[in-house]
Amino acid sequence: MMEKMIFGRYIPGNSFVHQLDPRSKLIFVFAFIIIVFLANNIVTYAILLAFTLFVILMSRIRLYFLVNGLKPVIFLMAFTFILHILMNKEGAVLLDLGFMKIHEEGLKQGIFISMRFLVLVFITSILTLTTSPISITDGLETLLNPLKKIKLPVHELALMMSISLRFIPTLMDETDKIMKAQMARGSDLSAGPLKDRLKAVVPLLVPLFVSAFKRAEDLATAMEVRGYRGGEGRTRYRQLKWDIKDTMSLVLLLAVAATLWLLRN
Amino acid sequence: MDIKLQQVSYAYSKGTPFEKYALHDVELSIASGTYEAIIGHTGSGKSTILQHFNGLLKPSSGTVHIGDRVVEAGKKAKELKPIRQKVGIVFQFPEHQLFEETVLKDIMFGPMNFGVSEKDAEKRARELITLVGLPDNILEKSPFDLSGGQMRRVAIAGVLAMEPEVIVLDEPTAGLDPRGQKEIMDLFYTLHKEKGLTTILVTHSMEDAARYADRIAIMHEGKCVLTGEPRALFADSATLAKYRLEPPRVVRFQHKVEQMIGKKLSKVCLIEEELAEELGQAIREGRAEQ
Ligand SMILES: Nc1ncnc2c1ncn2[C@@H]1O[C@H](COP(=O)(O)OP(=O)(O)OP(=O)(O)O)[C@@H](O)[C@H]1O
Ligand SMILES: [Mg+2]
Repeated sequence: MMEKMIFGRYIPGNSFVHQLDPRSKLIFVFAFIIIVFLANNIVTYAILLAFTLFVILMSRIRLYFLVNGLKPVIFLMAFTFILHILMNKEGAVLLDLGFMKIHEEGLKQGIFISMRFLVLVFITSILTLTTSPISITDGLETLLNPLKKIKLPVHELALMMSISLRFIPTLMDETDKIMKAQMARGSDLSAGPLKDRLKAVVPLLVPLFVSAFKRAEDLATAMEVRGYRGGEGRTRYRQLKWDIKDTMSLVLLLAVAATLWLLRN
Repeated sequence: MDIKLQQVSYAYSKGTPFEKYALHDVELSIASGTYEAIIGHTGSGKSTILQHFNGLLKPSSGTVHIGDRVVEAGKKAKELKPIRQKVGIVFQFPEHQLFEETVLKDIMFGPMNFGVSEKDAEKRARELITLVGLPDNILEKSPFDLSGGQMRRVAIAGVLAMEPEVIVLDEPTAGLDPRGQKEIMDLFYTLHKEKGLTTILVTHSMEDAARYADRIAIMHEGKCVLTGEPRALFADSATLAKYRLEPPRVVRFQHKVEQMIGKKLSKVCLIEEELAEELGQAIREGRAEQ
């Protein structure tokens, strides 16, 4: 059921993007989110889209998987597009259907907004698809390290994040298993009136919570018996290494940003 | 109710980079009233195959016949609920499915989903709790206050309460104490004999397969590679080894004895009692010859 979603999953690989340091990828994505807002005309949006496709190409993730796995998001995008066409009444009328008119501005804004959405979702998905959860947390922890000075519990936050990321697939599997066990006992989540369906959620949630709490307790015990004492003075097994590639990719992003700046209205 | 699988293949996460075929062209048919054991190395697809027996999984290709119902790849299967009442599945570690406030309510959950009245469901629960070997007063307790073994028995009672025609057991005794294992296995065997319950047992225990099953199917790397009667199947150690399995201890012991005395016993013995008898016979014959 949930098997098809690829949002937040990691596909191991050896492409250029896979090899990048998580820190550079994180900086890249955050910078990209800002840069997207530079685009405001056809040329700049075209550049943005071309650049996104280039990044996807470099990651060697098949476009088909990306589109297939992000279907819910793409549906949302189509929705905003239609909303824009219906609501925006500026500019010349392009098409008159009698009951509604499609305006030039509406069409343009609709396309631009959904494009912005699309490139953002694609780029952030590429980050999670090419970087293991552990590396993302490591990268984030290192990047946020300066904030320790203002007493932000960076290590603890990173640990919480890595544990949550680690347990998402486990919980999904568990949900699937319990769902099947209850379905085998005749509980029906996908049919009948809403009231019955809501009731059918209880046999799913109770065992799920019970096992999640049990897991959390076991994990805490396991960490304690192995002598975990928090982040103070802790060394790392995985060392992050900043490479020429990382600098290159950020320089490239800077170049794209400069181009957008020059070509925008 | 006969169950028949034709050319069944199944892929997890089909159409994603994580696609993984767990079954390849499986052919298997289980006649009504048989006790069938499915054995195979870990990861060979046993748990995957048994979820096809009540339509929890739909084949990626091929067809599954369950009684007169047909579940076919690519077609929408409607109203599978009646099938789920007739084919009860006890999953691996079924204690994870308990959720009600009391044991009684949890056992009643299955039958009441299938339209059994509250009164009848309660009656079934009270009968079954004794049958699975637990004291009556446990019915009022919370299922989460029980020991692992007790929870397992409650979960089993919860499936039996649906009064299925076919019961599918996925390693029902894993992690129980030896005495408890035997009790549970004997319970299922009694139900099979007395009520004619078609029983499908997935197990890692060759001893259980040898003792209880009428027929055995061997799974290996997602294929059903061999089916047959236990006696014939367990006589052939070489083939079993190919599928990373071993004959039951009794059979191995018999082979050793036969090597030492340089004589074959009249048949392959599947359980200790049979072997004792055969050995006694052989010894008596030996004395008579001297
Ligand atoms: N939810 C799932 N998603 C992806 N792959 C799975 C899933 N469940 C099982 N598999 C894979 O399918 C194959 C068969 O698994 P299955 O659980 O049927 O094995 P099994 O014979 O029951 O093993 P065991 O004796 O350990 O219970 C395995 O290779 C497993 O990794
Ligand atoms: Mg299994």
